[in-house]
Amino acid sequence: MSAILFNLFAIFTVACALGVVFNRNTIASALCLLLALVGVAGIFALLEAFLLAVLMVLVYAGAVVALFLFIVMLLDVSGGERKPFGKATVFSGIISAGLLVVGLISFTKHGAQTTAELPAGAAASGSVLKAYGEQLFTTYLLPVQIVGFLLLIAMLGVIVLSKKFQGLEDIK
Amino acid sequence: MFDFYFDLPLWIRLFVQGLAVMLVMFPIGAACSMAERKIAAWVQDRPGPNRTIAPILAWIPGIGFLRKLGLFQLAADGGKFVFKEDAVPGHVNKFYFIAAPIIAVIPALTTVAVVPFGAYLDAAGQVIPIMLANVDIGLLAVFAISSLSVYAIILAGWASNSKYPFLGSVRASAQLVSYELSMTLSVLPVFLWTNGPLRGETADSLLGSLSLARVVEFQSQSGFWGGLWFGFLMPLSAFIFLVSLFAETNRQPFDTVESEADLVNSFGSEYGAFKWSLFYVAEYCHMLVGSAVFMLLFGGGWNPLPWVTLADFANLLGFAHLPLVTGIVGIGIFLGKVLAMIFFFMWVRWTLPRFRYDQVMAIGWRRLLPLSIANLIAYVIGIALLTK
Repeated sequence: MSAILFNLFAIFTVACALGVVFNRNTIASALCLLLALVGVAGIFALLEAFLLAVLMVLVYAGAVVALFLFIVMLLDVSGGERKPFGKATVFSGIISAGLLVVGLISFTKHGAQTTAELPAGAAASGSVLKAYGEQLFTTYLLPVQIVGFLLLIAMLGVIVLSKKFQGLEDIK
Repeated sequence: MFDFYFDLPLWIRLFVQGLAVMLVMFPIGAACSMAERKIAAWVQDRPGPNRTIAPILAWIPGIGFLRKLGLFQLAADGGKFVFKEDAVPGHVNKFYFIAAPIIAVIPALTTVAVVPFGAYLDAAGQVIPIMLANVDIGLLAVFAISSLSVYAIILAGWASNSKYPFLGSVRASAQLVSYELSMTLSVLPVFLWTNGPLRGETADSLLGSLSLARVVEFQSQSGFWGGLWFGFLMPLSAFIFLVSLFAETNRQPFDTVESEADLVNSFGSEYGAFKWSLFYVAEYCHMLVGSAVFMLLFGGGWNPLPWVTLADFANLLGFAHLPLVTGIVGIGIFLGKVLAMIFFFMWVRWTLPRFRYDQVMAIGWRRLLPLSIANLIAYVIGIALLTK
């Protein structure tokens, strides 16, 4: 049962991801992204990582894609004519795709052997809220703080870049 | 008595339960539109819809009461929406235009899955919540699913391909995203409290849960602090949540989204017949679920009065040994509270004027958000001191 569901969600996610890339309509692309994220959330739910599934829907599907759509509509971006790919793009695309394939093959060959059985009773950190919170505030405290700081810097950067400061009056 | 039901396979039971809840939600959502008209009439001192009746029913004695209540107007309106010509304007993007009302209804009816709506006492006297899915991320799931409802409004505005719907949907999406923040921050003190000093004799394994049923459990403990509803303990949180709820459901005074004076009917302008009514049923379902969550978090859930739990109430009236009766009474009390909230929503709508759009944004970002952060910090400090 779960194998069938996994295949369904995986195919759905990949199909939607392809839809993001190949759609000519920008709005349709953004909506495909939304569906792809919902598919990923479904896979998380199959892995019993319900918390991650819900966070995926709440943060990415609920807020980030909404902002994408918002911006696409405000700027009235149309898909338009697609430029033919340059040589450099094709070259780097082939290299990155090759690296991805090599990585996947090596992961399926070697990665599966190293996964140890979880001790009985131990909750996976992505599934239970309490375990997730504990991990965030103990093991991963530093990375979380650093990422938070990075996001803050990015936000300030956006404000500085997008706002046209006329004189000292505006900076106040 | 109900053995045959529990012998059914699980998926059939889940399907039947889900269907039953939706079959209650949808008509209540529709009936709210009539209640809205009646309450508007009452606030404005006029009778409201009171004439409609099917001729074949008119001879029944005593039916004039239902007629004056506008019940047949509701049926007539419903019938009109179904049988009216469903014209699709020529200038719209057909696929998204038709998809938008459907997308509006799906999250509105899905959120109810994780919201408990009643409780009964089992043989051991334990209070068991009645809900479709008792998950430990309860409230987070409600927020996640209801955050998807913004797409219906965005798509409706964009697919309508005309100016006013588009302006309305841009306003709506900005407003929904803005008020989500204060709403989420305002409920955090509740969950800090349920995992904090006065958690009573709950087992450690239950800690760290966002389940809505557990929040009610915390409001039905013994003692002064145990029986206190969180609305009295955290009035500011309740207030911020309520204001954000008004904004999230696009109700007056945050009704800038469909301010008919300057935006015709906003994202609904190009819609008609059943598709139009779906938007409104979705809006009322959001109000129902939002009021239910408010009552669970701050209003004691299915407990009839502060310091009087459902179990006490059942023991007092002597039906505690009948799970069916307790369940119906629990659902009845909870539904009564939710409908009282809906009445409050409507009362406010016909009393307060609408904010200007820039005022809505200023309230959201410059008043409510700092207030909710300050509120959270105050409770964090208070709970830390109490724990010490």
